[in-house]
Amino acid sequence: MTLDALNYIVALPEIFLLSMTCVVLVVDVSLRDAQRNASYVLAQLSLLGTFLLLLSGMTDARIYAFNDMFVQDGMADLLKLFVVAIVAVVFVYSRDYLKGRSIFKGEYYLLGLFATLGMMLMISSASLLMLYLGLELLSLCLYAMVALHRDNGNASEAAMKYFVLGAIASGMLLYGMSILYGLSGSLMLVDIAHAVTQTGSTDIGMVFALVFVLVALMFKLGAVPFHMWVPDVYQGSPTAVTVFLSTAPKLAGFAIIMRLLVEALGGLHTDWQQMLVILAVLSMAIGNIVAIAQANIKRMLAYSTISHVGFIILGILAASAEGYASAMFYTIAYALMSLGGFGIIMLLARSGFEADQLDDFKGLNQRSPWFAFMMLILMFSMAGVPPTLGFWAKLAVLKSIIHIDMVWLAGVAVFFSIIGVFYYLRIIKLMYFDKQQDNTPLQCSTDMQFVLSGNALLILALGLYPTSLMVLCVSVFT
Amino acid sequence: MTFTDFIFFAFSALLLASAMGVITARNPVHSALFLVLSFFSCSALWLLLEAEFLAIALVLVYVGAVMVLFLFIVMMLDINLVQMREGFVRYLPVGVFFALCLVGIMIWVVGDFSAGVFEVPTLQQAVQHGADYSNTKALGRVIYTDYVLPFEIAAVILLVAIIAAIILTMRRREMTKYQTPSKQVMVKRNDRLRIVKMEATVEESE
Repeated sequence: MTLDALNYIVALPEIFLLSMTCVVLVVDVSLRDAQRNASYVLAQLSLLGTFLLLLSGMTDARIYAFNDMFVQDGMADLLKLFVVAIVAVVFVYSRDYLKGRSIFKGEYYLLGLFATLGMMLMISSASLLMLYLGLELLSLCLYAMVALHRDNGNASEAAMKYFVLGAIASGMLLYGMSILYGLSGSLMLVDIAHAVTQTGSTDIGMVFALVFVLVALMFKLGAVPFHMWVPDVYQGSPTAVTVFLSTAPKLAGFAIIMRLLVEALGGLHTDWQQMLVILAVLSMAIGNIVAIAQANIKRMLAYSTISHVGFIILGILAASAEGYASAMFYTIAYALMSLGGFGIIMLLARSGFEADQLDDFKGLNQRSPWFAFMMLILMFSMAGVPPTLGFWAKLAVLKSIIHIDMVWLAGVAVFFSIIGVFYYLRIIKLMYFDKQQDNTPLQCSTDMQFVLSGNALLILALGLYPTSLMVLCVSVFT
Repeated sequence: MTFTDFIFFAFSALLLASAMGVITARNPVHSALFLVLSFFSCSALWLLLEAEFLAIALVLVYVGAVMVLFLFIVMMLDINLVQMREGFVRYLPVGVFFALCLVGIMIWVVGDFSAGVFEVPTLQQAVQHGADYSNTKALGRVIYTDYVLPFEIAAVILLVAIIAAIILTMRRREMTKYQTPSKQVMVKRNDRLRIVKMEATVEESE
């Protein structure tokens, strides 16, 4: 076997990212605390390089590498581009926040870069082995990042909860995978798909394995009834980490659902469709209703995440190319909205003040009309008000559901979205119609202000011209 | 039942029993020792599969090194057993109820095991090799070729584990008092000693 047989050029972005991360690791060790900005710049440069390599390597074909363990296709390219870009923006947002809390350490960037590598491997995995390793790489980084603020009791509690529950979910996934391996005799997703079509959907053993795999995936994504960790972890971890784990990992989660459920177990779609209907309805119901009762905005956004996950599941359960494209569109839209939402929280936060209560948003319009407007766009988009991106995302998912004749399900989704509008509009009410309690001027760097404005305006722009992104998503699945 | 079957069942039973022991033992040291036993019986099962390299590695690395270290730590920790068991009785019925439900559902779904749900052609007995077969060689042949990517990523995961362990444990505490030798040797007599001149006083005797 020669080196060329590995076809490793396909994984060049990943190899570059890994090498650069090791460079950051070595450089960071030799830096003094005052020079920590160098790690930040290096991390951003690694992400930029990875992004450019991804762009130059884009292809419509399906290429395998590393003995069919690694796959590159249209979906992988698009998702990886968004993952890398989102992580870069997260790094921009979190710099001031980390500095204000004396956790501005190189390790945040290191773990972030390693997590990005894990997500890229998850997105490109073509074997159960790679899928699991990518997921563990991502999860381990996230556990450590949540606990980064060591002296904070809430953060340690959140990390412990996340770690224990995450380990249980990983165990479930491994159990399901071992049954799949036993029944199909292969770790390759293609071979498993082949075995499923041979035995047909009547095979109870396969369905048994499917249940375990599905539970684990839904846990990682945070769908009801596997959502218990989401609010606690979102609230407990430093906002710089919350924004990380609520955005890019969702794209990777969508990718492994596509790889496992659709590519490997697509033959069982009648089985997982029923299970996903229950999960989707429960997620939308619990997420939207419980969010109303929250006074902490990070917790509220956590429940809102759960309801958005319900919508993503809706798209997937349509089990059609249109459904997958709409779910992908929704996932990307959600990641961008969540990025902006937590970005605003970090903008308001300052040293010794978290700005994570709803009341902290009172009278934001008087303090900063521009960022109040940005938050308005973000909240409208999350609620699904036209002409923002969130509206088109919801519309696309609902259309794909109606096309498989599940009109009642679309009705349920609309009903819960309308309930959800309440708590998004409440923030707008607080910002525009309440008196301000906090007169401190906003203090944050110019680059963050620019990127944050760009983020919110992008959501508005994509809402006005949704075709561009939609065409990209549809082209991936045809 | 052949002799290999007997060995398989004996060690499987030992594995299950010791695994139960890990989570039910009252004393953490006993738990750790049960874990050693379960690793050992697991390695015996691997030997049956002719995976002798993995079996020996498990004994050497886990039993020999990891668990010994683990035992040291467990013995040094001051674990309050009473506090750990708080709420155990309260949550036990709920836990047992759900565990039974889960097992019941599984049995109901999979049904009669003799119906052969998991008996598919691919699920055969492991291939038997001749005496000249080397498991180490077989592993070495694929680990840097067919499985080079998973191998590298596993290494990355270990690196992340190291980084995570270091940031979570190494920190400079505000309260800690530590010495700086360079400052200590620079010290002058005047920094530490103050000569106070005062009038001699005579204590009045009673």
